[in-house]
Amino acid sequence: MITNGTSKTVVKLHVNGETRDVMIRSADTLLQTLREQLGLTAAKRACQNGDCGACTVLVNGEPTHSCLSLSIESVDQHITTIEGFNNSFIQQEFVDKWAIQCGFCTPGFILNCYALANKHPNADDATIEEWMQSNLCRCTGYQEIKEAVKSVLQKHAGGSVS
Amino acid sequence: MIPFDFDYYRPDSISEAVQIYETLAKQSKKVLFYSGGTEFITFSRINQLYADAVIDLKGIPECNTLEMQGEQIVIGAAVSLNKITESNLFPLLGQTIKKIADHTSRNKITIGGNLHSRLIYRESVLPLLVAEAEVRLAGSEGETTVQLEEIFNQQLSTSPGQFLVQIIVPKTYTDSPFASFKKTKMSKVGYPIVSIAAILKNKQIRAALSGVCEYPFRSVEIEAALNDSSLSIEEKIEKAVTLLPSQIIDDIQASSDYREFVLKNTLHETMEALGAAHG
Amino acid sequence: MLDNPWMSVGKPEPRIDAVEKAAGTVRYTADYTAPGLLHAKLATSTKAHAKIKSIDVTEAWKIPGVRAIVTGKMFPFHIGPILADRPPLAFEKVRYFGEPLAIVVADHEYQAKQAAGLIKVEYEPLPVVNSVREAFQSNAPLIHENSGQYIKIISNVYPVQGTNIGSHIKIRKGDIITAWENCDYKVKETYSFNLSDHVALEPRCTLVEINPAGKVVVHSTTQSPFTIKKVLNQFFNIEVGNIIVHVPLIGGAFGGKGTVQLEPLAYLASKAVGGKMVKLEYDREEDLITAPGHIGLEATIALGTNKSGKLLAAQYTYLIDSGAYTDQAAGITRAMALDCTGPYDIANVWCDSYCMYTNHPYATSFRGYAHPELTFAVERTMDQLAKRLNFDPVELRKINAIKPGNSSPTRTMLNANNIGDVVQCIDRAKELIGWDENSLRKKTTDGKVRTKGISTFWKTSTTATNAQSGAILKFEADGSVNLNCAAIELGQGTKTILAQMVAERLKMDINKVHVTMEVNTQTDPHQWRTVASSTTFLAGRAVMNAADDAISQLKRTAATALQCSMEDLEVGGGRVYLKSSPEYGVKIEDIALGYKYPNGHAVEGQVVGHGRYIQRHLTPMDKDTGFGKPGPWWSVGTQAVEVEWDPKDCTYTILKAVTVLDGGKIINPMTAVQQMRGGMYLGLSFASQEAFLFDSHGTVLNPQLRTYQIMRFGEQPADYIVDFIQTPAADGPYGARGIGEYGVIGMAGALANALSRAAEVELNHLPLIPERIWKTRKEMQK
Repeated sequence: MITNGTSKTVVKLHVNGETRDVMIRSADTLLQTLREQLGLTAAKRACQNGDCGACTVLVNGEPTHSCLSLSIESVDQHITTIEGFNNSFIQQEFVDKWAIQCGFCTPGFILNCYALANKHPNADDATIEEWMQSNLCRCTGYQEIKEAVKSVLQKHAGGSVS
Repeated sequence: MIPFDFDYYRPDSISEAVQIYETLAKQSKKVLFYSGGTEFITFSRINQLYADAVIDLKGIPECNTLEMQGEQIVIGAAVSLNKITESNLFPLLGQTIKKIADHTSRNKITIGGNLHSRLIYRESVLPLLVAEAEVRLAGSEGETTVQLEEIFNQQLSTSPGQFLVQIIVPKTYTDSPFASFKKTKMSKVGYPIVSIAAILKNKQIRAALSGVCEYPFRSVEIEAALNDSSLSIEEKIEKAVTLLPSQIIDDIQASSDYREFVLKNTLHETMEALGAAHG
Repeated sequence: MLDNPWMSVGKPEPRIDAVEKAAGTVRYTADYTAPGLLHAKLATSTKAHAKIKSIDVTEAWKIPGVRAIVTGKMFPFHIGPILADRPPLAFEKVRYFGEPLAIVVADHEYQAKQAAGLIKVEYEPLPVVNSVREAFQSNAPLIHENSGQYIKIISNVYPVQGTNIGSHIKIRKGDIITAWENCDYKVKETYSFNLSDHVALEPRCTLVEINPAGKVVVHSTTQSPFTIKKVLNQFFNIEVGNIIVHVPLIGGAFGGKGTVQLEPLAYLASKAVGGKMVKLEYDREEDLITAPGHIGLEATIALGTNKSGKLLAAQYTYLIDSGAYTDQAAGITRAMALDCTGPYDIANVWCDSYCMYTNHPYATSFRGYAHPELTFAVERTMDQLAKRLNFDPVELRKINAIKPGNSSPTRTMLNANNIGDVVQCIDRAKELIGWDENSLRKKTTDGKVRTKGISTFWKTSTTATNAQSGAILKFEADGSVNLNCAAIELGQGTKTILAQMVAERLKMDINKVHVTMEVNTQTDPHQWRTVASSTTFLAGRAVMNAADDAISQLKRTAATALQCSMEDLEVGGGRVYLKSSPEYGVKIEDIALGYKYPNGHAVEGQVVGHGRYIQRHLTPMDKDTGFGKPGPWWSVGTQAVEVEWDPKDCTYTILKAVTVLDGGKIINPMTAVQQMRGGMYLGLSFASQEAFLFDSHGTVLNPQLRTYQIMRFGEQPADYIVDFIQTPAADGPYGARGIGEYGVIGMAGALANALSRAAEVELNHLPLIPERIWKTRKEMQK
């Protein structure tokens, strides 16, 4: 059984292939812990309500709103943030397709796109839309993001996306 | 950000969960069962929910079941909506819950959480009501399996300390022709102004609705109207709309007049979809 | 000069900020933290209009970690950018739901939040003014009892004491009464929409500390760092030189970060804890309703033409819902008057533009600054007029298109330099959308209806008359150059554009231009603000001047090294060389830090170019007639959309959206397209689904993104088509005018025109959710 009381407790989180000690309240969301304790600030605090996707990280490979997960729930899970990527071609596609303006939504979109490419390398338009609808962007109008996602899927062709 | 502090427990078994609850209840603590936790976080952060302790059911193996067991489909309460959709064990359920929230959220939202939702929609109940599902509950009185409709009246009513372990759907319902529609104010991602799940069983339509009234429901009266072969399709729909169990909602998603218009359209679409399957 | 191999202007240079943004390593304001940082959280009003009887902080103080609680009594003064009418923290009364009442400072944010929730406010409810219509009634409850006594920060603002009018701007051009009588065709219609929001993905955030020497250090999500200095000086008596504002990259702004709200609050919070650094980061709910949003509007427009469709007279009444305070809505009221006609030549114009106080969250600048709003009303009227005249809507617009030789409503004379080519934009847009006047409404085989709608627009850049920018170019030992300029990167690509201008001017590889991405008011030259589509123009001119200054310094040093005169020299390709024998020259890296003779002696020193630019010949508007020159140039454009509408349930999809803009020379075609598409999307999202919803008490019913919905992936037009007409602006940098806001301006008008044609009803109210279309049709059938 896993328990955590109201006082702060040290737990281990597995983030980007490393095991890290963090001191958390039960009430701390994964978003808070990543940002405030691990300095992984690419996960953005934009709605804290699961409405915008800017805080998206991968939990065991699945896109997850880190604002809707407690840190204590995430113990024993494999968490990936965009800081765990290193010049992946997926990031380059977003650059090359002009899919980035202010950049605030970008890490969330890229992580979601990465998970999509791994799970559905041959995703049709409806699946792309279903997945990407989880992330809001206010700058681009989505056209360039759509082009980037499609290009990632095309080039991916079953191999690893990172 | 949740402003208050609480104790977190993730028991490994049903009995452990029951024990923790009993211990905490004796201390007069406000305890919540938790599986996906998305609503717990979103309501707590705006001070609309409070708990001294939460018991996370994700660690209980029975709550994570998702499989065919003989003639039944068994779904654990802590299974995420996306896993259920992907399993394709019960396509109507999969299609209906695919329309809840957004894809990323559905990795976290569980069917147990959605059935217990504090919001009025609880759309995952719709396919379960038409498929006459059973639910397995656990609590200090032990475990019990009952018909969902026995304990689902507007919402899932469990006694204090009792929690949902599994949902059991008879396999016979899973290959009936079905239809599922969700209508919103504008965006696909949004609360329903009308949501319907329907199947055709023995040439009879069974349908359950959400978003129309203050709670989701299945109505035998409405089904009777929709199945009344003496009526034209328009007459069936007109009649069905007079048989709603309560007033149509009027809120920021839609006025009641518009909801009624959309409801009629959606019933039409549903009948057409099932009619085609029928014919 | 032969071909310039370093040509950068006009090329789609990759954005210089994109790689770091893709990596997620860019630090935005909220990403900063520091040991000992304290956190502030607001207690906000739960009433839209009420007297504050008492504020009880006893329970809040009991929360561990609480270090200070600040209430309005501690700073009972009014501030504001145009009219000082807003207390940073409400005192005596609250005027909107969500208004800041108190600040709690604590060690941790959750503690501050917990404590803020325990502050008890006793209210005495006052009657709520819930619309501009109600606010305009002569017996309406007053929201500001003493508006006549508020200090005017900018001259063009006219509050009317004893009413809810925060400002009233007039245009009186020609003889409207006679002209109206002589019109053969007339239409008069009313339009409206509620307040809405910018929804930049990055919520507003600020960090403020007051160091022991009295310096106030601010880090903020702002478009206006120098305005923060001005506000802290004007209202808090801090010397301008003692205020330092840092601005990292911004996660979208859309006008919403142009005004100053959080910084004074965080300053008061820091002051309450002895100057320690305090962070105030808004939750989305606060960012939506506590922070200022986008105006609401009720507009009535009357247009009259002769038999051949020429507009003779026009009257406009704009009631702007500015919410509880005027903020930038007072400036928007002015902008709405000065461009009230849209890009049409009308000799007789009468406009009353009112900034109305209501008990709604207050409004500030929003991308387009009055123009998306007025254009919606004007373009709907043009379509209804075309119908009355039985004219093709496109032809009616062409007949009346404004051009050089005409004058604007404020009687600014237009010439080939200060206005783009309206007719060319219309023609090109017509071509791109496939406008065929004989089949504007087509039925598809599955029973749906396809229609098109068009909208033309214009906008001048209404900056302060002394708006300015400066730039510094510092050379490195390797011959590369650093650019410092206080233009803020909000996502619009301004840093890339400025780098291109430097590269072009210095004929240098753009990779050798290093742009300082963050802004620091202590080290960067003064810049008015990063708003009003003015940055390419103002900062661009400053950067070009800085480059010219650097060139002259480079030539001077090189003249010593090459033993010739400066006039003999040319700069390019990383060298300074003789015009007559280009092979003879010196590398910039050898003179960037001065020239060293072979014997070790050295001359000149680092090349540091500086440049500046200030608006020329702008004037305020006359109080009674509006006469004046408010802006330097007008960019013009035409937009169109094609929709597919389903008569069964009134739902629709947007198939295509077109923008043709005459923004002068386009510096970077790809960032320009990004700006247009983004603007189109913002305009369509606003027009189709965005609005705050209020109950009868003025409570906002949708203060979250799941109830205040914006357009999601897949709901955007399937096809965005963007093209530019490039009529150069003589005084713009490389002929460029501003383009940043323009993509948004015509979309609401074009969408409403297309849907009105589809649904065969006049859709004059936004947002255009299917329910509204359904309801409008139902009412028509009655």
